[in-house]
Amino acid sequence: MMILTLAQRELRSLFYSPLAWAILGVTQLILAYLFLSQLQEYIRLQPQLKMMATAPGITDVVILPIYSSAAFIMMMVVPMLTMRLVSDERRNKTLSLLFSAPISMTEIILGKFVGIVAFILLMIIMMTLMPLSLATAATLDFGLLMSVILGLVLMIAAFISVGLYMSTLTIQPSVAAVSTFGILLLLWIIDWAGSKVVDENASGALTYLSMLRHFEPMGKGIFNTSDVFYYLLFIATFLILSIRRLDADRLQG
Amino acid sequence: MKTCRRQTSHSVWRPTMTNNNTLITVEHLSRHYGPIQAVSSVDFELKRGEVLGFLGPNGAGKSTTMQMITGNLAPSAGRISICGVDLLDDPKTAKARIGYLPEQPPVYRDFTVDEYLDFCARINRISKDKIASAVDNAKQRCGLTEVSRRLIGNLSKGFQQRVGIAQAIIHSPAIVVLDEPTVGLDPIQIREIRSLIRELASEHGVILSTHILPEVQMTCDRVQIINKGQLVYSDDIGNLDQRMRATTLMLELRNPPAEETLNSLAGVTSCEAMGGNRFRLSHNQDQSPAEQIAEQAVKEGWGLLELHPERKTLEQVFVEITSSDKSHSSEEEAAA
Repeated sequence: MMILTLAQRELRSLFYSPLAWAILGVTQLILAYLFLSQLQEYIRLQPQLKMMATAPGITDVVILPIYSSAAFIMMMVVPMLTMRLVSDERRNKTLSLLFSAPISMTEIILGKFVGIVAFILLMIIMMTLMPLSLATAATLDFGLLMSVILGLVLMIAAFISVGLYMSTLTIQPSVAAVSTFGILLLLWIIDWAGSKVVDENASGALTYLSMLRHFEPMGKGIFNTSDVFYYLLFIATFLILSIRRLDADRLQG
Repeated sequence: MKTCRRQTSHSVWRPTMTNNNTLITVEHLSRHYGPIQAVSSVDFELKRGEVLGFLGPNGAGKSTTMQMITGNLAPSAGRISICGVDLLDDPKTAKARIGYLPEQPPVYRDFTVDEYLDFCARINRISKDKIASAVDNAKQRCGLTEVSRRLIGNLSKGFQQRVGIAQAIIHSPAIVVLDEPTVGLDPIQIREIRSLIRELASEHGVILSTHILPEVQMTCDRVQIINKGQLVYSDDIGNLDQRMRATTLMLELRNPPAEETLNSLAGVTSCEAMGGNRFRLSHNQDQSPAEQIAEQAVKEGWGLLELHPERKTLEQVFVEITSSDKSHSSEEEAAA
């Protein structure tokens, strides 16, 4: 209950600043452009696809690339959404309002996390309207669509938990944004090195760490609980770190 | 150095915890930031209906103490109990009974007053059906009704301060802690805030920190002076008044007699001419010769124009107390 109150305030603050609107508009515009060019491609390829025995459907050709691009765009958008979460409150000295209210650190962190996740869900819903518009003319593979959406939500929630933690570390929102972006990019590309390492074990570990590696199967419609647990563990780790860091504010001053 | 009666009686005090009128009990509270000792072994208590003034130079540890009482800062050592609930053991219950206004009001600048207070009511766990009346009540008491739909960021400093106070009293806590509530306000606003504080004291216990001395005289029932992290003085405002009573009389006469005549009056220890027929007469602490002087003046036809006891300002008392031991080093440190 308290978490929802805090999440609601976070959302409200986001929408009171032009940033949220700009982010919503810009991402929607870029994704719409990608969507259209992908659709164009599909129409061009249609004669050849007809000849193939097991041709990929419209969901594979048009919709899945959109979600992969969205994941990449979100990697740049999330740091901007999360950078202010704690650092701004610390700078404006509004944290003491939360600290002196009868709420726990866990509630504060979860409230902020849920607030941003809610915003991201809104973005994903808006984005999903585009593929859904195709349902009027073609048959979509809804199972695949659900799988890729779930994967995207989990991955972005993981991004947010990193961003939230970075925001608790600093008083400067821009520092939080840059370091969040750095970590996310590193986790994104970490398996590039992995693929070049000859040692089987080492490359396996690096590949396991890569966020992208756990997203890709869901993008193909493969729902594996170990991927889901990877994200859940990832999120829990960074949320716990954030709670502890916020508590350290009180302990160390 | 003067150590207060209260402080010494404190360490022995303890079993009366059930006493309903004691709102805050602080025992041996200490806090250090690395090697810097900000507060060391402070004890005090706050009773219902009392305004307690925290007085001290900059950097004396006032804010640190207040942050610890309100759960914003963990003490290095010591115990804080709020209405009998230990702040560290059960922070949620304890914090629900405290309202806190930090030095800088913790307001969200892009919220309107209504939205902000509504949020504050919610995080203080006021039940849904009472939120609207709590917000209205807080706005009314702090004179915010007219600005309720304006953005807090667009309000003047004085109004933002009031929003901060409204936030602190919205859940009608037993204790209101205000850290320098009148800083940066104009004189009229200061007067309003002071009367608001007096009004709050009728239902709540109030702790107030300030370095403005007259404010303490006007609003507080009890004063604690804190210097370099230590409680150096703690007493009722009445006793402080006593302490401020000086041993000099100011006298103005139209036809003054010779200075020696004044000097030889009963009870007068010395006389100093101030020019313009004004004199300052010193006397013993326990007996003021004012009455005899008046009688004498009438009898001799001196033409009495003015006769009043001089008072030490609170500033003088403050400096006396804070600088009684090592005056120079403390001033340097406060300035640093």
